[in-house]
Amino acid sequence: MSERNQRIVAPVLILVAIIVAWEGLVTALHIEQFLLPKPSAILSNLVRVVIVDRADHAPLADNKAAARLRANRLLVRLPGRVAPAILQPVEEAVIVEFDRGQQRVLVTKGVNLTPIVQASWFTLREALGGLAMGGLAGILVALVTARWTATREALLPFAIAANSMPIIAFAPIMNNWFGIDNPFSKMAIVTIMVFFPIMINTVRGLISVPPRALELMRSYAASDFAILFKARIPNALPYLFSGLKVAGALAMIGAIVGEYFGGPRIALGVFITQEAALFRFASAWAAILVACLMGIALYLVILLAERLSMPWHSLFRE
Amino acid sequence: MSTRGPPGVQVRLRFAVNFGKIAFQQPPLPIPDANIPIRDSFSTGNDAAMTDQVVLLDGVDKTFGDGAVNQVQALSDINLSIGRNEFTSLIGPSGCGKSTLLRVIGDLITPTAGQAQVNGKSARQARLDRDYGMVFQAATLYDWRTVARNVQLPLELMKYSKQKKEQRTQEMLDLVELSDFARYYPWQLSGGMQQRVAIARALAFEPSILLMDEPFGALDEMTRERMNLELLDIWRKTNITVIFVTHSITEAVFLSTRVIVMSSRPERIINDIAIDLPKPRGMKTRENVRFFELETEVREALRESERHPE
Repeated sequence: MSERNQRIVAPVLILVAIIVAWEGLVTALHIEQFLLPKPSAILSNLVRVVIVDRADHAPLADNKAAARLRANRLLVRLPGRVAPAILQPVEEAVIVEFDRGQQRVLVTKGVNLTPIVQASWFTLREALGGLAMGGLAGILVALVTARWTATREALLPFAIAANSMPIIAFAPIMNNWFGIDNPFSKMAIVTIMVFFPIMINTVRGLISVPPRALELMRSYAASDFAILFKARIPNALPYLFSGLKVAGALAMIGAIVGEYFGGPRIALGVFITQEAALFRFASAWAAILVACLMGIALYLVILLAERLSMPWHSLFRE
Repeated sequence: MSTRGPPGVQVRLRFAVNFGKIAFQQPPLPIPDANIPIRDSFSTGNDAAMTDQVVLLDGVDKTFGDGAVNQVQALSDINLSIGRNEFTSLIGPSGCGKSTLLRVIGDLITPTAGQAQVNGKSARQARLDRDYGMVFQAATLYDWRTVARNVQLPLELMKYSKQKKEQRTQEMLDLVELSDFARYYPWQLSGGMQQRVAIARALAFEPSILLMDEPFGALDEMTRERMNLELLDIWRKTNITVIFVTHSITEAVFLSTRVIVMSSRPERIINDIAIDLPKPRGMKTRENVRFFELETEVREALRESERHPE
C-alpha cells in the first residue's frame, strides 16, 4: 500500500471503528437516546434505506408496514408486498433506487434532510459573507499597517481588543443592531471573529520579506508600489492562507453561535436549539454533523485555492 | 569621533591622513591628486564619465547605531578608487566591514561621513540610474517566480518592452547555461544553479557595475571552482566592472585584477595588491608559481592585519 493511500485509509478505518463501537455500546448499555443517540439514529434524519420485496411476494399488512416506516430507522426492511398508498411517501422522497435480486432498494431522504439542508445553506451564506467581509477588512488593514509602520502601533491594540471580545456576549448586541432575522447580524459577528487571524497573518507575511530581497529591490530603484506587488504580496500569500484556514473554521462557529441567540427558523443554530429543546437529540446531532461537514468542505476549498494560487509553495513539493 | 571640528578642519585632517596612507602603502592606491578637492573634480558629469574611474570613495566612515554606548564603527576613513573593467576583490576577517563597504558603493547603506562617487555621480544617483547589478551570498530568488521570470524581474521594473524582455532573458540564460531550466522554480535547482540565475538576473539590464557579496560562499569547493571559471568567462564577455567580497584567498587571487585587504578594528583598508596573473585564466592558473606568490602575499597581509590591534 502506498504511503498516500495509507494516509487516507487509516483515518477512515478509525472512523468506522468508532462508529461501530458507538452503535454497539449505546445498544448494549441501553443508553437513553437523549443522552447519546446511536449513529444510525442520527444518520436516519438525513438519509434512509428502505428495502421492499417484489410485488409477487406475499402481501404485508398495511398497519405493520406503516409502523416500520414510522420507526424512523436508518434501515427499514418491508418483507412482502406493500400497498401503493403506504409506499407513496417513500417513493416521493427517493434519491436513488436500484434492484438487488428480488428486492427493490430505495435510498430516500431522511425526515429532517430538507430542513437541515435549507438551514445549512442559510448559515453557510452567513459564514461566507462574514468571511468575505472580515477577510477583506483584515487584508486592507494589513496592507495599511505594513505600508505605514506607525499605523501598526496605533491599530494593533484595537485589533487585539477585537480578538479578545467575548463573542457570546457580543452576539445579542449584533442581533439587536441589525435585526434578529437579518443574516447581516450573523455576518457582523463572523466578520469580527475572522478579522484578527487574517489581519495578523497577512501583516506577518507582508513584513517578513527577507532583507536581501528588499535590498535587491532597492538596488533596482524599485518604487514602493512595485515592492508591494512584486515582493511583499507574493511573500504574504502563504501567510494569508494559513490565516484563512483558521478563519474558515471560526466563520462556521461564529455564524452558528450567533444563531443560538436568535434568528430565523431556517437557520442551523436555531434548528439545533429547537430540536434539543424538544428532546429530538438525534436530529440536533444530525444538524451538528452537517455543520461539521460544511466546515471540512470550507477548509478543503481554501486548501484547493492555496494549491492553485501557489504552485511553487514548499507544501506541495513532492 | 562623534564631536568633530568645523568642516574646514575636518577636511584638512582627512587629507593629512591620506598622505600618510599613500606613503605607507605598496603599491600606492591610485587616489587622484589629493590636493584637488574631490567635489570639484567630479562635479562635471559628462567629463567624469569619460575617465576610467568607476568608483571613488573619499574618507568614508560608517557608524551603526545611535547614542555613545550602542555605536559600532563599521568603516573608518576609507579611500578607494576602482577603474573601469577592473575585477576588484575585498577580502578580510569577519566584521572588517567589507560587506558594508560594498553596500556603501551600491547605496544600500548611506555613509556617516565622506563621499561615494560612482560613474562620476553620487552613489545614490547611480543606483537610481540602475548602474548596479547585485548578487548576494544567498541567491535571493523569488520563490514564486520561475527561473525565466526571476531573470525578468529587473526588466519588468525597468519597463522593458515584452520583446526586449524575452530576448534579454534568453541571452542571459544562455550566458549562464540555464536555458533548459527557464520554466523551473528555484527550489528545483541546486545551489550553484540558483546562484547562476542570480548572476543572470543581475546582468540582465546591463548595469555597468556588478556588486557581489560572497556569492559563492555557500557552495561546495568543486561547485565554487566551476562557478569561478564561469564568472571569469562572463566578466570577459560583458566587460563589466566587478566588485567582489569574499573570505577565500584563493578565490580572490584567482578572479581578481586587484585584491583589497581590509582589517577589523579599525575597519579599514590595509593593503592593495595588484594581481598580475596572465589572462585568460583557467585551470592552469592555479598551478602558476606567481599564483602561490600572490596568495602568500594576501595571506601575509591578512595576518598582518591581525597582528596590529590598534
